[in-house]
Parts: sequence; C-alpha cells; structure tokens
Amino acid sequence: MTEHILLRHRDVDDIDRLDVYRKHGGYEAFEKVVKRQSPQQVIDEVKASGLRGRGGAGFPTGVKWSFLTPDVFPRYVVANADESEPGTFKDREILEHNPFQFLEGVAICAYAAQANVAYVYCRGEFWDLAHALEARIEELYQAKLLGEKLFGTDYKLDIHIHLGAGAYICGEETALLESLEGKLGQPRLRPPFPAAAGLFAKPTVVNNFETLTNLPPIITRGAEWYRTIGTEKSPGPKVFSLSGHVERPGNYELPLGTSFRELIFEHGGGIPGGRKIKGIMPAGASAPLLPATDEVLDTGMDYESVPEVGSQLGSASIIVMDDSVDISWMVYKTSSFFKHESCGKCTPCREGTYWMYHVTKRIQEGNASAEDIDLLDSVARGIQGKCLCALGEFALMPVISGIEHFRADFQTHIGD
Amino acid sequence: MLAEKHQAEIDRILSKFPADQKRAAVLPLLYLAQHDYGYITEDAIQEIAAILELDPTQVGSLTGFYTLLHDKPEGKYHIQICTDMPCALRGAEAFAKEVCENLGIKLGETTEDGLVTVEGVMCLAGCDKAPMFQLQDDQGIHYHENQDVNSTLELIEELRRRESDD
Amino acid sequence: MSNSQVNLKIDGLDVTVPKGTLIVDAAKRVGIDIPVFCYHPKMEPAGMCRMCLVDVGTPRKDRATGEIAKDDDGNVIIDFHSKLETACTSPVSEGMEDSVCSDKASAGRKQIVEYLLTSHPLDCPICDKGGECPLQNLTMKHGPGKSRFLYSEKKHLAKHVPLGDLIFLDRERCIQCGRCVRFQEQMVDDPVIGFGDRGRGLEIVTFSEPGFDSYFSGNTTDICPVGALTTKDFRFGARPWELHAAASICTHCPVGCNITLNTRREASADGQEVIKRVMPRQNEAVNEIWICDKGRFAHHFATYPERLMKPLVRLEGELVETDWDTALKKAAEGLKAAGENVLGLAGSRASNEDLVNFKQLLDGLGGTASIYGSMAGGDYVGQVGVGSGTNLSTLGEGDALLVVASDLHEEAPIWWQGVLAAVKRGATLVVANGRPTRLDGYAAHALRYQYPAAVEAALGLLQAVSKDKKLKPYEGDGAIKTAAQVLADAENLMVFYGREGLTFEGTDALARVCARLLVETQHTGRANNGLVAVWAGPNTQGAWDLGLRPDPDLRKRLEGARALLVLAADPAGDDAGLGDAIDKGIFTVVQELYLTPTARMADVVLPARSFVEREGTFTSGLRRVQRFYPAVEGLGKARPDWQIAALLGAELGLEIEASRCGQVFAAYAASAPGYSGLNFTKLAESEKQWPPVGDSDLYFGGTAFKNHHGIGVQISPACERGEGIDIDWIDPPAASKTDGILLVPVDQLYDHAMTIRPSQVLEPRLAAAAIILNPKDAERLKVAAGDMVEIRLNGHVDEMPVLLEPGTPSGVALVGRSQGLAIVDPLDVEVRPAS
Repeated sequence: MTEHILLRHRDVDDIDRLDVYRKHGGYEAFEKVVKRQSPQQVIDEVKASGLRGRGGAGFPTGVKWSFLTPDVFPRYVVANADESEPGTFKDREILEHNPFQFLEGVAICAYAAQANVAYVYCRGEFWDLAHALEARIEELYQAKLLGEKLFGTDYKLDIHIHLGAGAYICGEETALLESLEGKLGQPRLRPPFPAAAGLFAKPTVVNNFETLTNLPPIITRGAEWYRTIGTEKSPGPKVFSLSGHVERPGNYELPLGTSFRELIFEHGGGIPGGRKIKGIMPAGASAPLLPATDEVLDTGMDYESVPEVGSQLGSASIIVMDDSVDISWMVYKTSSFFKHESCGKCTPCREGTYWMYHVTKRIQEGNASAEDIDLLDSVARGIQGKCLCALGEFALMPVISGIEHFRADFQTHIGD
Repeated sequence: MLAEKHQAEIDRILSKFPADQKRAAVLPLLYLAQHDYGYITEDAIQEIAAILELDPTQVGSLTGFYTLLHDKPEGKYHIQICTDMPCALRGAEAFAKEVCENLGIKLGETTEDGLVTVEGVMCLAGCDKAPMFQLQDDQGIHYHENQDVNSTLELIEELRRRESDD
Repeated sequence: MSNSQVNLKIDGLDVTVPKGTLIVDAAKRVGIDIPVFCYHPKMEPAGMCRMCLVDVGTPRKDRATGEIAKDDDGNVIIDFHSKLETACTSPVSEGMEDSVCSDKASAGRKQIVEYLLTSHPLDCPICDKGGECPLQNLTMKHGPGKSRFLYSEKKHLAKHVPLGDLIFLDRERCIQCGRCVRFQEQMVDDPVIGFGDRGRGLEIVTFSEPGFDSYFSGNTTDICPVGALTTKDFRFGARPWELHAAASICTHCPVGCNITLNTRREASADGQEVIKRVMPRQNEAVNEIWICDKGRFAHHFATYPERLMKPLVRLEGELVETDWDTALKKAAEGLKAAGENVLGLAGSRASNEDLVNFKQLLDGLGGTASIYGSMAGGDYVGQVGVGSGTNLSTLGEGDALLVVASDLHEEAPIWWQGVLAAVKRGATLVVANGRPTRLDGYAAHALRYQYPAAVEAALGLLQAVSKDKKLKPYEGDGAIKTAAQVLADAENLMVFYGREGLTFEGTDALARVCARLLVETQHTGRANNGLVAVWAGPNTQGAWDLGLRPDPDLRKRLEGARALLVLAADPAGDDAGLGDAIDKGIFTVVQELYLTPTARMADVVLPARSFVEREGTFTSGLRRVQRFYPAVEGLGKARPDWQIAALLGAELGLEIEASRCGQVFAAYAASAPGYSGLNFTKLAESEKQWPPVGDSDLYFGGTAFKNHHGIGVQISPACERGEGIDIDWIDPPAASKTDGILLVPVDQLYDHAMTIRPSQVLEPRLAAAAIILNPKDAERLKVAAGDMVEIRLNGHVDEMPVLLEPGTPSGVALVGRSQGLAIVDPLDVEVRPAS
C-alpha cells in the first residue's frame, strides 16, 4: 500500500504530537460524530464498513456494539492494549508513534456506545508507553478534546489508563475485565457477555487496540472507501507483525487478503542465509502451524482464506521458520508458553498444558519413547472443545498441527 | 506508610473508578508499594487492604498471578529477557545463556551483589528487535532492544555505577 | 404449557422444569446423575472443573421463517452442538435434548478425570475424605482406570498447610474447584481465602490476619470434593465408614441447626461410643446444609471429663458423692420443708420435656418455676411470632427484615447468613443498634441510637407508620421515617429483636413495640412475617410457650425463697450478687453437667446427662419444634433432667412421667396451644429436600447429612390460629443517665462460657477477655490499649485489660458476656486505671 492508514507515522513525521495530528485531520472524525451524528449513525457506519475485530476473533465491530443492553447506564468502553501474543508487536508501534489516532478511536467508540468513561488496559510491560500515553491524554484534556461539554455539546468523556501486571490471559476480554476490577485475570463464564454485564457489571464494549485505531479513518472517509481496501468479507488494512527467520522482520500494513508469499518474500525480504522456508505460524502461538507449501504461501491473509488451509489469521502475527527449525522444539516452546500462561481456572487447560509441557520437554531431552508422540497428540486432542476459554484451545493447535505435518522432527528425538 | 506518603497519588488512582469500585485500584497500588518497598511486603498487603477496604487475601492473592509483581526481595534490577519462540528463533536463548555466564549466574538467579536478577520471560512484543529484554527497576519498566551480550553487560555496569554513586 | 416451564429430554427421559434451571439440576430432578466438582447447587455456577460435560442438542430452526424445522416424518430435527457443553452453566431450553451417556460425553468426562488425577496424589488410604470422597467415587465411575501420566512428573506440594486455627489444606489434593473460595465470598462474605498463583500452580491462599478466620469455615470442608480441606478437630480422627450417626439439634443458640453427631467406639473410652465430629444435617427451613463453627467444634463440653458422674450431697459442709436414693431423699426433704417458698430456675438448654416435668414438680410443691434469663418478650412471640411455613431462605425482593439490639453474626450466625442471603436476593434490611455490627454493611438503613434507647428507636419506627391515635406522631429525623416506610410497605416483614444494652424491662418494651409494629403494618399471621426473639439459648422460646417466665427481679425473689431448684443454670457464676443471695442459707438443689459456682453452693447436686446422651425436643427461635436423639451412652450415673425432676416428684408423692420422654412431650403437646397434634413420631417425619445431600451422589451437595430423623414442625403463633392478640402498651422504662461509663454486656460467639472452654480446638479463636472502649474515652480515662483497668460493679472490683475499638459509642464500655465480669444488665460503672 502506498499510504499507511494505521501506521500513519511512517508517512507523516511527528504525528505523535497533537498539533501535527490535528493538522492532518486529527479529531475531525470525533468532532463530526459528536456534533452531527447520533450514536446509532456511528454504529451503522462502522457496521457498513465491515470492520472486524483485530484481536483475533474477527467479529464484526459494529455488530458487537449493537449488542449493548439498551437503556442501561453507565456503560463503559475498554480498549484492549494487552498485546501479548508471541510474535505480535503492532499495537506497540502505533501506541508509541501514532497514539492520537488510537485515542480518537477510543473516543469515537465511547460516543457510539454512549459511554462517558473509557479505560485503556495496557499490558504492564508497556510501562513507559503507558505513561507517555497518560501525558497525551492530559494534552487532550487541555485541548478540550476530553472532559466535559465536548465541542459545545453535553457529551463528556474521560479516558483512563490502567496497567496490567504480566498475564497473557488478560488479553481475553472477560479476563481483562476481571483484572481491571482488581481480581485475578481469569476468564468469566459467558453469558453474560460484556455487552450485557461487563466492567463493574455494566454494559461494556471491549475492543482491540488496532480495531479502535481503524475508526477515525472510517468516520472521516466513510465506509465505502474503507471497503475498497482488503477483501469483500475481510475489508480494510491490517498490520502484520512479521518475525522469525526473515531478512526484515517488522510490522507491515497491508490490505487483508495479501498473500503470505508477498509479505514474507516481497516485504520481509525472504529467508536469510539462503535457507528454505519450512513453516509458518500465522497467528503467533495460537493457531495451527502451516507447512510452507506453495498453496499456503499463495493464500491470502484474511479471516476466510487462512482457515481454508487449516489455520487461523488471529492477530496476524506471522512467525516464519526456516528449514533449520526442529518443529518438536517449536512445539516445546509454545507448550512452555501456554503452561506458563494458563490461568489455571479450568481443568483441561490447567492440567493439559502442564502435561503437554512435560511430554514435549521429555522429547526434547531425548527421554521419550515412540508412544510419547501419540500420547502428546492424545493429550492435546483431549483438551479440544472442553475449555472455559480459548487459551486451552490455542495451546493444543501447535501440538496437533506440528505432529501432523512434521512427525519426523519428533521421531528423531526418540532413542532406542 | 503508603497512605500518608502517597496520599495524592492514591487519590488520583481512586478517582479513576466509581466510588463503590475501589477494588479496581488494587493493581496500581501494588505497583506503588513495589516501587516503595522493592517488593510486595506483607505490610504492604495489609496497608493496601486497609486503603481499599478489602480483605488482605483479596490483595495478596494477586502477587502470584501477575508476573510483574514480586513477593520476595530479589535484585533491585530485573533484566527480563524474552526467550519466547519468536525471539528464540533469533538467538535469544543463546544470548540469555551468555549474559548469565558472564554474570556467573543461572537464568532466574540474582548476581552476587544482589543487584541484578536475570530472568527468561515470555513474549514482550519486541520480536522484530530480538534479542531484547525489559529492565524492571524501582521506577518502572523499560525496553532494551536489538541487544547483544556486550551492550547488555555494559548496561549492567552502568547500573552498578549508578548504585555506587548513590 | 406454562411459559415459566420448559420441556426437554435428558437421556430420553421427559423432563419439565422451571425456565432458567440448569441442565445439571434438571437432570438431578429426574434422577440422572451428572457428575460435578466445582458446581454446588447452593452457589453460582463457575464452570471451572468441566466434569459435567454433556452432549446438548437443540431443535433446528428454519432460518427464513424462524419455525422449528421438521424432517419428512414430521419429527423435530435436533442439532447436537459440535462441542460438549458444561451442564452446570447451561440453562435448559424448550425442546432441548441432552445426552449424558453418549460416547462423546462419556469420553469427555473420562478425559477430565484423567487430567484431574495427573496432579492428585494417590493417598486415598490415608486420606480423611477416603470413603466419602467425590473424586474417589467419580473416578471409579467415570475415570479411565489407568493414568498415562508419568508419576515422576507429578507436582509435589505441601500437605499440611494450616489456613487458620481450624482448617488445614493439603495442596496436593486440591483440585482447584474453588467451592471453598466461592462459599466464603458468596455465602458468608468472608473472602479470607482465595486463589493465588496461576496455571498448574493455582492454589488456595490466605493473606488475612489471622488466616482462615470465619465463623463458617468448617462448611468448606463439607463441600470440598476431595480431602484438601480438613478440620483440625477431625483430621486423622476416624474413617468415615467407621462412624455411626445420630440426629441431633445444636444447643448453642436459638437457631436450632439440625446436626448429625458422628460417633465411633474407641479404646481410649473403654470401648464406648465417642463423638468424633459434628456435621450439618439438612433442614432447608432451618440451616439448609450449613452450621457455624461453634456448632461444629464446641461439642466437647458435652463429654468433658470434668462432668459430674454421681450425685453429691453436703455433709458437714462438704459435697460428697453418694447414690441417687440418698441424694433424691435429701433433696426432697429440703424442698418439702420450704413449703411454697420454693423457686425453680431453669436455664435455656433444658428441653421441653425437662421443663414440663420441672414445672409439674414446682407446681406440685406449690412453688414457682421460672426461666433463668434476662430477656423478655416470649409471650409476644407466642402471639405474633413468625407464621407457619416461615423460611428465611425464601425472603427476597419486596421483603424486609428488621434487626434491633442484636448482633446476629455473634449471637446466631446461621440467621446472620440467612439474612445476608435474603438481602442478596433483594430483601431490604434495617438494622438498629447502639454500635456498628457486621449487618450494617448490608443494611439499607443502619440506625444508630444511644444505649439503651433501642426501645425509643423502635418506637420511632412504629410512630412513623402507626395510625393509632394514642401514639404521638413521630417527630425525629428522616432516616427513621424512611426506614419505617420501607418496613411498612414490605410484602413480608420479619423482626428480630435482642437484648443488647437492655434490661429485662427494656427487652419487654422492645418486644411490645416490635410486635405492635408488625400488627399495625399487617405483617402477622402468615409465613415469613412476625416477631423473632434472639434468645441466648436453644429452648428459651419453648420455656415461654410452656408458660414459664423469668423473674424481673431475681435477686429480690431469691431473698424471699427458702429453697431453690436449679436446672441447667448458673446464677452464682454469672452474677456474684446472685451468688451472695443464694449463699444466705437457701436450701439449694442443682441439676447440672459440671460443678458450677452455683452447684458448689448447693446442698444436693444431681448429675444430668448432656444433650448428646439423651433424647428430647427443643423449640427454636423460629418456633420449630425439633427432636434430638441420643448419640452416646450416658456418663457415669448421670440422668436426663426430665427424669431427675420426675424422680424428685416421686419422692414427694407426685406422679410425673419418669420412663418415657416421648410420653412427657405428647402429654404436654396435647394441652398446649400450637403444639397440639405433635408427638415424637410426628416430629421424626422428614421429606424430600433440595438439593440432595449425603447420598451416594455426595459430589453434588457435599457431605452434609440427609435428614432421616425429622425436620420438625413449625408451630403457629396465636394470631394465625385466630386467637386474640393481647399486647398492652406501656411506656418504655426511663433511662437513667449518669456521668459514669455505661457498661454494656454484649454477646460474642466464642466467649469463655463452659459450653466452649472444653473445646481446646477453639482456644485460639476465643474472644479476648477485655473491656472495649472508644479511643477518646480511653484518653479521657487515661488508659491505653492493653492497660489494666479497675471496674467497680455491684460492690465487687474486677480488673480487665483495655481493648480500643473506634466504633464503640462514647460513654460506653462493651464487655463480652461470660468473660469473667459478673454483669447481666447494662450498668453505670466506674472505670479507672488499675493501681
């Protein structure tokens, strides 16, 4: 793409300064909705844009907003900036370099949800960024873009930053709400969904950081324009975090539907050291591993195409592995991650991730028998479809897909 | 006492939440206590519970769940190296091992002078700039990216100088 | 089909249940067992353990029309969900078809069991829960039989973690179901235990000081589905299958919790049955499936080695052991000699049968049988007490509760819990007391008065809503008016009144005002409405119903008495002044468990059996007549009180039933209003209760015992029976105010009474013997926390340390009853630093 919609700082210098952001159209969208649109009009516009949640599930954003229980107030908006998926570092870049676009997105969302308070839940590790963001929020109050009587209307809005303290599971929206309420970040039972009983048991919209950053351009340029980017069912731009064995790891803002091949070889500069690409994790640790076949490489990265080849787009964090990578090691790493990050609330995830970790470790250490590969597969499949939230499901995906596509990598560790 | 020492900051934190939802302020106050006391002490738990009108169990039980909270005195500085898969693909494990060897400790241990604890942690959202780590100190958490062993050891020396100057 | 009912099929069985019912409960209602660990029918579902996985199918709907789709044969097409669902979190829906026993569901549950066992130790042979363990039972039924998990990879954790003084945690056995945590949070609002850490490290922790300190902590061991939580009292004590069970009623307060006494023959007791533990016995109208820790742990008094084994008579100034014949003869002679000047004093733990015979004996002598106690109002309770069918657990939205001059958390914990639950269901609570109590936090209106003005506060409530012209209209502050209106407008209203800060006359006036309030707001004569007295003991209401009354001025009465018969009471121990009066040559006979201070002054002491060694009935504070049964052999030569009274009667030529306890009760019931038709057989009747507990499916409700021996009968108040109400109005007694400190005796759950002290397990939990002051008063008196002060009281000087509590009203000192200070009524006292 010639123009960056989300990584706008790559086109406009100093857009992290409020005056520069405003000079380039910043806060016109928020002003437009507050002064001239009803909350329902905003919801309709976002629905029309086809914007889908960028946190991983890809649920239509406008539809999610329309689930808010009518006539119950106060309501809250919570921005999920708990970016913790291995291989994902897109929100961080925007937070650092294009923060006002995100904050304007929060404000638009709050207006649409008829909320007067929004919380930005940042992972605790973003300490410096969160404190910088706090200073920017203060600037917005000074500029009367937050606070009482915005743009001369009766609408008021406060945005508060809240820091997590190190827990991957808090990226799950109900765990995030628990954490924000000062409890252990363990997922809640659903229903009730946050739209009915979210933060402090009030109707709440929880949206991903990147999702919210999409809102100002949608409002300014319209849903129709937005739909010219990406595919029909997955419209809009997406920031792809590219990591692992590529020449130029980093974030790339591309239309949804761009192929793996284009991202990895064109933008990412291909595989270093003349090695061959072996596998792709398209959604960090949380989706099945894809063997890097031509079919896979030519698949468009959108919410429909990736499932067709057996994985998920998720947060679109593309981890590339060259042919030096032992997939059983990769599975050991993801299993370690999920064992560490399981909140422990439900049995299959708590016990299953612990068990998978031990079997993968045994395999790595050469202490496993041939049956242990099947055992690992079976323990992973045993978790499937039984967990309270998606974390347990994520944990088993690299395991099952790793064994399915690269069983030989496991077998080499089996002794006599 | 936190309540006396940080009254203004505590009030500012509490003002973010509805009056009947004081519990939401528990993480910010735990950070406050950790920066003041170096770690979450038993007294800090009782103090925060009193401020927020909670049972101490509702405060203390969080320390084990959240990895950025420490309930034991460790090094004043925590160097937390991401050794998760994307960073590991770019040599983070070897980097961590070498840093530790140079400091004469194992991953997870604290240097002899009690100053630095080096840990391996999960993804920090800096995968494209591996090897990388975050430095947790009494001021907060700061990222150090595109690191090598020398730059890291230099930073540690810098921390040691900073300490001896104080 | 009613809209509120839902029809579905579970394993092919047709089920009709109310809308909103969870699949797990719907299945249980028709006898289909869905195994659970984290779910408990008394608590909100958590969906954590995933053991209750079932196959759920719902009727297919035509997307276009919204109609239910049918196949060619006209059958509804059922789509089974791709994933298994947790039956504990999924409500039923119309037309749903659930399969508990499908291959997929069975395999799913088998997998969950295998996961749970990966971290569970194999120590069933030495585990307290073994034999009554849900995990053990469900593993046998649903588990894989063999684990694929390597033993060497098992996580080893601490096995003897004291969470507090009473509860131990075995971290290895814990399966993280969270029932204990949720019980403490949701049911009793004591969140003193919680989950710490995460993942496989998730564990139960406490950071509270002192640890797991909650009056309800023992219940968590009943609902723990493994042997992770055990009580200090019972752990390593016995195997469940060795235990015998006897149905009983707790005697520590007026709630009348149904309990089961588990006993075992022990070598240490010469092969006799010994009480090993006290467990809740289900009675959904009384204590549901809970008991407080006092009821659970303070049972050792009943079998304390210092119990009286033989009758004692005074010979040459000394009490010496003798046989029953000698003792009874001597007692009878002394009583007879006193003529009509015999006073009988019966304590509140005397059963109805004891009191019936006691009264007959005193009547036969021409003397007076009195209740020993300082609280009045039982006759008003008899008239406008709660209607039959009253059940605290059915109060909720639209209903109201008033609690005056009582700290239910300390005096009747299970009522406290019931009130709390009612408030959570939407009931409105009004609390009036002279100091803050734990109920204030849940009250819509917490009214504070100056001791002893409880009556004035209640009167204010009455005046604010009364249409009685004789009453002057209320002129006080708005809070009372608002609160009164809430009470008046409530659909149902229950009023609990106590004795805190009040004299005998004060409680009488308070009860009258409360009764009038109920009458005038038309909250009488039906279920969930009426007056409840928070008595100190288990059967005070029974004594009032029998026509016994306390003496308003006991000391004066004692001065005129020539003989005294004391049954289960210790006036000399409670009040040195009364002791002085008794000591002035009154011929005294005492029926007791121990050699109390009063018994030491007696001429004849007759050893009585404790409640665990005999049968009888108590009438609870909510006027439920309940039967208790013997659990162990009587100690030594002790006899039940009703029999002792009858034997004394026989010596005096009176015919009193001496052999059949049931006959004593039946004869009384036949003539007592409200009790008519009752007999031991009737009281032994039970009914099916929800949730099921104590059966082979004890994974569901926990190890509380099923009620096989009677849920009792709640008797109606006079107004419900159409009898006239006669509650005269009198002005409240004028309160005298002096410059001194008003010393107010308050009830503490763990006081230093003889019914608690023998239970060593509770020793660290006992309330400190101290005088509680407001910090400002302490400053004025020049004393600091921990200092000793002198208290001048009834001509005696006592010393006590000072405890400071900011909530204490100024000019008032609080002291726990049975803390060594001889005080019954609030008194103005002189407090000064000890020299």
